[in-house]
Amino acid sequence: MTTKNIMIVGVGGQGTLLTSRILGGLAVHAGYDVKLSEVHGMAQRGGSVVTYVRYGEKVSEPIVEEGQADVLIAFEKLEAKRYAHFLKKDGVIIVNDQRIDPITVVTGADKYPENIIEELSAKYKVYSIDAMAKAKEIGNTKTFNVVVLGMAARHMNYTEEDWLTVIENTVPPKTIEINKKAFEAGYRI
Amino acid sequence: MKGELTLEKKIMLGNEAIARGAYEAGVKVSAAYPGTPSTEVSENLVKYNEIYAEWSPNEKVAMEVAVGASIAGVRSMVAMKHVGVNVAADPLYTASYIGVGGGLVMIAADDPGLYSSQNEQDTRRVARAAAVPVLEPSDSEEARRFTKLAFELSEEYDTPVILRTTTRLSHSQGLVNLEERVEPDDKPYERNFMKNVMMPGPAKKRHIYVESRMNKMAEDACSMDINKVSYDDTSIGVISSGIPYQYVKEALPHASVLKLGLVNPLPKKLIEKFASKVDKLYIIEELEPVIEEQVKSWGIEATGKEILTIQGEYSANMLRKAILGEECEAEEPAEVPNRPPILCPGCPHRSVFSVLKKLKIHASGDIGCYTLGAVAPLNVIDTTLCMGASISMLHGMEKAKGKDFIKNWVAVIGDSTFLHTGVNSLMNMVYNKATGTVVILDNSTTGMTGHQDHAATGKTLMGETTYIIDIYKLCKAMGIEHVYEIDAFDIDELERVLKEETQRDAISVIITKSPCALLKSYVPKGKCVVDDEKCRRCGACLVPGCPAIKKNSEGRIVIDDTMCNGCSLCMKKCPFDAISLEKAGV
Repeated sequence: MTTKNIMIVGVGGQGTLLTSRILGGLAVHAGYDVKLSEVHGMAQRGGSVVTYVRYGEKVSEPIVEEGQADVLIAFEKLEAKRYAHFLKKDGVIIVNDQRIDPITVVTGADKYPENIIEELSAKYKVYSIDAMAKAKEIGNTKTFNVVVLGMAARHMNYTEEDWLTVIENTVPPKTIEINKKAFEAGYRI
Repeated sequence: MKGELTLEKKIMLGNEAIARGAYEAGVKVSAAYPGTPSTEVSENLVKYNEIYAEWSPNEKVAMEVAVGASIAGVRSMVAMKHVGVNVAADPLYTASYIGVGGGLVMIAADDPGLYSSQNEQDTRRVARAAAVPVLEPSDSEEARRFTKLAFELSEEYDTPVILRTTTRLSHSQGLVNLEERVEPDDKPYERNFMKNVMMPGPAKKRHIYVESRMNKMAEDACSMDINKVSYDDTSIGVISSGIPYQYVKEALPHASVLKLGLVNPLPKKLIEKFASKVDKLYIIEELEPVIEEQVKSWGIEATGKEILTIQGEYSANMLRKAILGEECEAEEPAEVPNRPPILCPGCPHRSVFSVLKKLKIHASGDIGCYTLGAVAPLNVIDTTLCMGASISMLHGMEKAKGKDFIKNWVAVIGDSTFLHTGVNSLMNMVYNKATGTVVILDNSTTGMTGHQDHAATGKTLMGETTYIIDIYKLCKAMGIEHVYEIDAFDIDELERVLKEETQRDAISVIITKSPCALLKSYVPKGKCVVDDEKCRRCGACLVPGCPAIKKNSEGRIVIDDTMCNGCSLCMKKCPFDAISLEKAGV
């Protein structure tokens, strides 16, 4: 198998670190070599954050570079646009249809781009979801990132059982059921 | 490392693997001050019951704790970020002379690309100056293995050893083979004047030892298996180490490579031999040309920083372009608004800064989340240098321009940073008759690095309850008459006190208290909501720049209920009572 390159992008505080732990756990569970690269520290305070996940027979470089990603998972749509050029030609974008204004937009120094999802759809295979609404339905908005993962799961070579087992082993015990529900909500779409 | 038995494979962060290696090596004492990207080393080490681990108030103290433990006869460790190495430099340089009892390892985490730092310095430079060996792993498994090896080398060569990591290694996860912990016997303590008392006589002799030790190690390094040569296509030869080695593997899979595990001292003869067998030699190292300069000084022809940079991180694409002239195939990046980090919703720093901004007060800043007070929309902080500098720099300004110059200035510093080195600076202000105003932003934690306890939180790294250093009483004990404790969200009182104290011809300290909104113990009071009927859309609530509140496309003010922490700062800023707090659970 050639190395699979996944990127998770979003806004610091959206839970990219939890989702990267789940993706890392999956690769180990399936017996792959895997490397993940995360952002800790200052950028986690509402900045643009990116996690790289690479798995396959043997992985050297811990980052994904421009033009190499198979799947881009975006928890916020401006971040999807920011990192879209990391995708391969036939790459897939899973995007949470949520807008979080960066401070540059709040202060009026910049404008939030319009029609992001439509524009990205012209170039890539884009699957969008209002994960926040789904998570609200389930009863915990914090699980929106696992809803997004559920949708992304369709584009990775793991079984549904693999995902559920790893989620169970990764999230805090009290939140296992709600997170499984969140995953299913994204997976069944 | 005999009789190693692999227990299982586990995916681990580089820092977690370093902690695992230290555990397996039988470490007994560890001290550290948090600093990205080093923090998780201690946070993982403390999970092993066999190890005593502490947060010390700063890196110098932490280093000295580790040196003491080493002289007492056990394996000990200290961890810090690159700029922390500067703080610990005083003990480090002389610990190099003393050597060790039990093995002594310093974990130093550099930050190429400045993900969370104020500079991009290279710890290898410090290590060379201090004549201390440096190991550099290139993935999580090596992080574990090299940490163990560092303790062995430390004892074998009677020297502290630095394990250098970078952000990309510390914060990448990879597979690690777990092994059992092997606890070496404690060495009996022996008084040894010539070795442990660094005054001129003994130090002169130890300096000779230090030189011979490094020479011997450089010789031995030629046959260490962590310095690995693999010959393939000899038209290109590469010397590399650490994370850049992974980029070499990716970009130049057929090149001949000398991978260095020990980057100080360098194995000169091994490098000479390698260089003689390849047609063109490249040296690929992030940050400073530390290897390159030495290799070139031996008269070996090599290419490095001529085609690569001393700034930021490398990548495989960067090497493909610089060495092979290959451009990567990818779309141009889209032009999108920047998303710099900002203070969180409910952050007490925002409240204090909003008052400083209103009063047009300049702030001499410090290191922490609150450094973000330097950027829009707050723009309150004028200077940031290093830990503790806010207070001393304000003092310097007063001595330069007189007390009237700083009547619209304050120093701002966090509680953890104040206890790190700010306290010395405050002592200096008292001693040298300063009149400045110091604001201590006390959010009851070390926020930026992910919420570590410190000497004023009442909890140790090991989770035990402990004494709380009372910052108010500490300031009082220094002889400061005007010390105040104010709720960070009581903006009227804060404004009144700030106006009064900045004009006073005496030193004063204002401690603004309110916990970090990200602390697990933080319970939001509720959510703020806007009454559309009352709202005149004046935008006063937007001035502090909370990410949870914004003007939507129709010009209405809206608060995102998934982000709001109910701090009510926007409510207090509203002149028309249009914002109210919906209490939690109502």
